[in-house]
Amino acid sequence: MVPQEGGRVIEAVVNVVLLFFMAATIFVIVRLRNLFAVVMMGGMYSLMAATIFVVLDAVDVAFTEAAVGAGISTVLMLGALALTKTEEKEGGRPQFLPLAVVAVTGAVLIYGTLDMPHYGDPNGPIHQHVAPTYLKDSIPKTTVPNVVTAVLASYRGYDTLGEVTVIFTAGVGVMVLLGAGRRRRRKDEAG
Amino acid sequence: MSHHFVIRIVAKLLIPFILLFGLYVQFHGDFGPGGGFQAGVIFASAFVLYALIYGVDKARQVLPDDVLRVGIALGVLLFGGTGVASMMLGANYLDYSPFAHDPAHGQHLGIFIVELGVGITVASVMATLFFLFAGRGDLDPSERE
Amino acid sequence: MDGPGLYNYWIVMFLMLAGLYIVVASGNLIKKLVGLNVFQASVFLLYITMGKVDGGTAPIIAEGTTVYSNPLPHVLILTAIVVGVATTALGLALVVRINEAYGSIEEEELEEQEDPS
Repeated sequence: MVPQEGGRVIEAVVNVVLLFFMAATIFVIVRLRNLFAVVMMGGMYSLMAATIFVVLDAVDVAFTEAAVGAGISTVLMLGALALTKTEEKEGGRPQFLPLAVVAVTGAVLIYGTLDMPHYGDPNGPIHQHVAPTYLKDSIPKTTVPNVVTAVLASYRGYDTLGEVTVIFTAGVGVMVLLGAGRRRRRKDEAG
Repeated sequence: MSHHFVIRIVAKLLIPFILLFGLYVQFHGDFGPGGGFQAGVIFASAFVLYALIYGVDKARQVLPDDVLRVGIALGVLLFGGTGVASMMLGANYLDYSPFAHDPAHGQHLGIFIVELGVGITVASVMATLFFLFAGRGDLDPSERE
Repeated sequence: MDGPGLYNYWIVMFLMLAGLYIVVASGNLIKKLVGLNVFQASVFLLYITMGKVDGGTAPIIAEGTTVYSNPLPHVLILTAIVVGVATTALGLALVVRINEAYGSIEEEELEEQEDPS
């Protein structure tokens, strides 16, 4: 099984390198004051997360994260940046309370992972109940090979309806907040 | 200004392919990675590219605000309407089984229509968001309420 | 102590906590929103890490493969990503309006304007 072993080693190396770069990106975001660079670093973080998603076999999620996180989200932030300031104020105060909060949260989270199954364990509880039936019944019941699409649109269709409504609401909300003045300009152009 | 020339020509060549790729991702979401959300975002990004090169006003002429407003609502209506249609055909809400001669193909058809609705709404909302953010800078400070 | 199998989770949790630190500790509103995006992307990473199966492949049914990764976390995270961008867009619109109304996007300056005591 040498190709399998080699593949697993490469996967682990890619994982480690990408996670290291992501940690470095976060460090840079904390220290930089130029907001343009901070926004681009945020977009790079999303792109690296999308690459790790591909390594973790989540191709649909990688597609969406790359398109939405590294694409639209960055573009909207740059658009907002063009309308506001581009540099952070200097001279931050010492941040002991946030560090304490983050440390306590981290300790609690790590304590919570001690009961979890190992990474990649095929006998973990989440692989036992509904997931095998989705994988087995996707083609007989819906003739759709992409199980993620079948679950998203058919088995969990309500969630997707709620999500489309959330997108709709966000569009309407931003139209209310930022949409003023266009009515008057159109009247100027027509009249 | 010659490099602007290059960007304009290349963008004009690329935008049809981006739109085509968005449609491909939408309709092949059943057989490979893809689906409504990804396709909607890719479709909107073609118009974002057009607006970046030629200006937001021209982009607004190509894609009028009325079309976008109809698009935002049409996708949600399509999704909810599919559920109501399956209720009228006798099954539960959002149960696509009665749409075709046998339940499996009915499900496939239902998934197709629902993803189309999602794609339309996502594309319209993303384009609207970009036009709103980019167009806000052109307004006079007195016009912003 | 089953440490080695859990290192992936711990590293991802470190990324999550770093994102949370950016949200809590930044005074600048746009940096807060970038931190929120970073935090959300790390949470997605945690869920997808939990769904991976050793030796599995992407959950698209094809001839010749029997082991697939769990599709359920993928579906949940797909929804979460799109909801995240909706939240970010609304947050950015609010920041733009705050800047127009108060002339600043720093938390401390906004607090001073609201409450000059």
